[in-house]
Amino acid sequence: MLKILLARLRQGHRTMRYPQGPVPAMPDRFRGRPVIDAARCRAGCGACAEACSTGALALAPKVSLDLGKCLFCTDCLAACPEKALTYSSDYRLAVRRREDLLVHQDQQVLRLAAALDGRLKQLFGRSLKLRQVSAGGCNACEADVNVLGTIGWDLGRFGIQMVASPRHADGLLITGPVTRNMELALRKTYDAVADPKMVIAVGACAISGGPYLGHQQVNAGVEALVPVDLYIPGCPPHPLTILDGLLRLLGRIRDGSRGDSQRQTACLS
Amino acid sequence: MTSLDRNLATLVNGRAIDLAAVPTLEAEVLAQAMLEGVSAGWRVAALFAAAIAGQTGPQLFLVLVDDEHSELHVAQATIEDNRFPSMTPRCPQAHLFEREFAEQFGIVPVGHPWFKPVRYQRSWTGRDAWQRPAEEAILPGVGDFYRVEGDEVHEVAVGPVHAGVIEPGHFRFQCHGEQVFHLEIALGYQHRGVEEALLGGPDKRSIHYAETLAGDTTIAHATAYCQAIEALARFQESPRSQALRGIALELERLANHAGDLGALANDVGFLPTSSFCGRIRGDFLNMTALLCGSRFGRGMIRPGGVGFDVDQARLDELSRRLDVAEKETAEAVNLLWDTPSVMARFEGTGPLPQQVAGELGIVGPAARASNVGRDARRDLPSGIYSFAHLPVSTCDSGDVFARAYVRWLEIQQSMEFIREQIHEIPPGRARAALGPLAPRSLAIAINEGWRGEVCHVAITDAQSRFARYKVVDPSFHNWAALAYVLRNQQISDFPLCNKSFNLSYCGHDL
Repeated sequence: MLKILLARLRQGHRTMRYPQGPVPAMPDRFRGRPVIDAARCRAGCGACAEACSTGALALAPKVSLDLGKCLFCTDCLAACPEKALTYSSDYRLAVRRREDLLVHQDQQVLRLAAALDGRLKQLFGRSLKLRQVSAGGCNACEADVNVLGTIGWDLGRFGIQMVASPRHADGLLITGPVTRNMELALRKTYDAVADPKMVIAVGACAISGGPYLGHQQVNAGVEALVPVDLYIPGCPPHPLTILDGLLRLLGRIRDGSRGDSQRQTACLS
Repeated sequence: MTSLDRNLATLVNGRAIDLAAVPTLEAEVLAQAMLEGVSAGWRVAALFAAAIAGQTGPQLFLVLVDDEHSELHVAQATIEDNRFPSMTPRCPQAHLFEREFAEQFGIVPVGHPWFKPVRYQRSWTGRDAWQRPAEEAILPGVGDFYRVEGDEVHEVAVGPVHAGVIEPGHFRFQCHGEQVFHLEIALGYQHRGVEEALLGGPDKRSIHYAETLAGDTTIAHATAYCQAIEALARFQESPRSQALRGIALELERLANHAGDLGALANDVGFLPTSSFCGRIRGDFLNMTALLCGSRFGRGMIRPGGVGFDVDQARLDELSRRLDVAEKETAEAVNLLWDTPSVMARFEGTGPLPQQVAGELGIVGPAARASNVGRDARRDLPSGIYSFAHLPVSTCDSGDVFARAYVRWLEIQQSMEFIREQIHEIPPGRARAALGPLAPRSLAIAINEGWRGEVCHVAITDAQSRFARYKVVDPSFHNWAALAYVLRNQQISDFPLCNKSFNLSYCGHDL
């Protein structure tokens, strides 16, 4: 017992102060929101789109990148002769509408997820129970969703909890492209959640099919089966990206800002 | 061994061989060779079918491993009438491979004792081994399950959607009260058609498929993929890239082993280690992100070397973080062994006898916990492991405790290994361009991932495209062990036993 207490003392209090305190440090090589400097593009060059494995890059009508398909790899960066593509360290990527995931010259900054409105916010704002459904994919998104439950992140302090049954849930957090073999299970799980309910799609697979886009064994993401209320892109998204998305949805973080500290204090107290 | 020598071609890990040099046997002879090899102490690393141009029917390929002599033995057979004499009754480790080629190619392993689909997918060839009508939907987990009948016997069905944040699978328990008589596991819910999509490659998606075969094993699978095509290109990785790949692979092991020990603590209600290790796992993932920006190592391993080189400052930072993690991990993990209530739950739970582990062809920490001392880093060394030797950690009790303790031993060795590599990192290039791949060849690349042996086999056609790309995740071997250890356990011990193996669904389902 003494050993346990001593260990507890030495390990210390490790829950981050974010969003009231500073944003956790991201690695310098972290690949956040991509930035396109189309002014650098050579006429007739399409090397980036050619290199992209998921068709996330389009050249016409203007060079644009669909974050819903993007694997945040370095294939396009390596292919671009003019270094017109770079990754910023901006981890905030979650949006409410699919079309808001498009990055191009005129839309470099994303229209980040708006808070739920009126009644839904009243219902879920301080207590959101989610049932996670893993529907294909590689289990990396699930792993970094799980991380939010560790003491470093402590998702519970926001009133957000992953629950064991869809009957206990206010919504689904879905990962994976939805394989044919998971269609029925996903539909049943969705139906078992009481109305009003929400769906959160986490990761490139869940948003677009990701690297499996076009395979006959999978759907092109969650939207093929159920409507989506929040899109969190990435392959997999960083835990901070996921948390940022969830907090925005609940109105705990406002557009552009890191957090509304007064509200936070009110909610946490 | 003479008939084996005649019937099988021998090569070493990470090399390619001309397809014409792989002996073509009759199906019965191939089956016999497998049996002889296994009784000589070898094991089945892969057994799969392929459509090879110029052949009338599908070809069956067999890869046997001789751990003792660090050799791989391969042979092929032309399948006539889509039938193959099942070796499963005499060689249990073939059981899932036979069901797999039946499902993918419609080849019937005649005499297979439990002939069911593996992933509930359509055959690639249009021939269905179960003669199911083509217009009939194939539903996952639907079909016969092993059943125990009796007044007080009941059946418990769990999944595919589970209570936690985990992957989908279906578990069917035959119980007598609390006691489990039998567990059958039906998977395939994560099947997304990766092996089929790899045909005709390599192309721009191939490396991304490799990185997402099992997300928590990104480094091991991507390394195996790169080594397979490097073997086909007769390419020698630079010493520097070998060292960096090794560091990344051991960081992957550290993150997962630390996370597993925390999860095991959680499953017996011991929250201190659970909380500490949950966080420490994140620290290891962040070390991988320090190297390449991704916590799972996406972008780190690339054909020809590594995607990200490191400078001294980055290595110093890694070293510093490793020092902190080492102290904290030791403190968190050692609490387990010092706490009687934890040990009481770990010891004697879910034992896997050594003989059974050997017969089922179990790999990785699960095998080593049952005193089956196989580790590809020693037995089939490639890359940095040809130069830097890691001791193989074993235990002999085969229970949950042993599977936990082997992880702890490996954590300590991986830290030591990474330190050595940081200290002696060779200069030179971290990546170079590959030449063209050899046509009509077969390459094998095996790595010791954190769960165990990751085996990739690439076969090229006349245009040097993949005629077949076979992936064997360690989970493919090991799911049978989980089902086995549940026998005569309490059903309430399932989560603990399950976590002690922590197998991959997506790596199995592909």
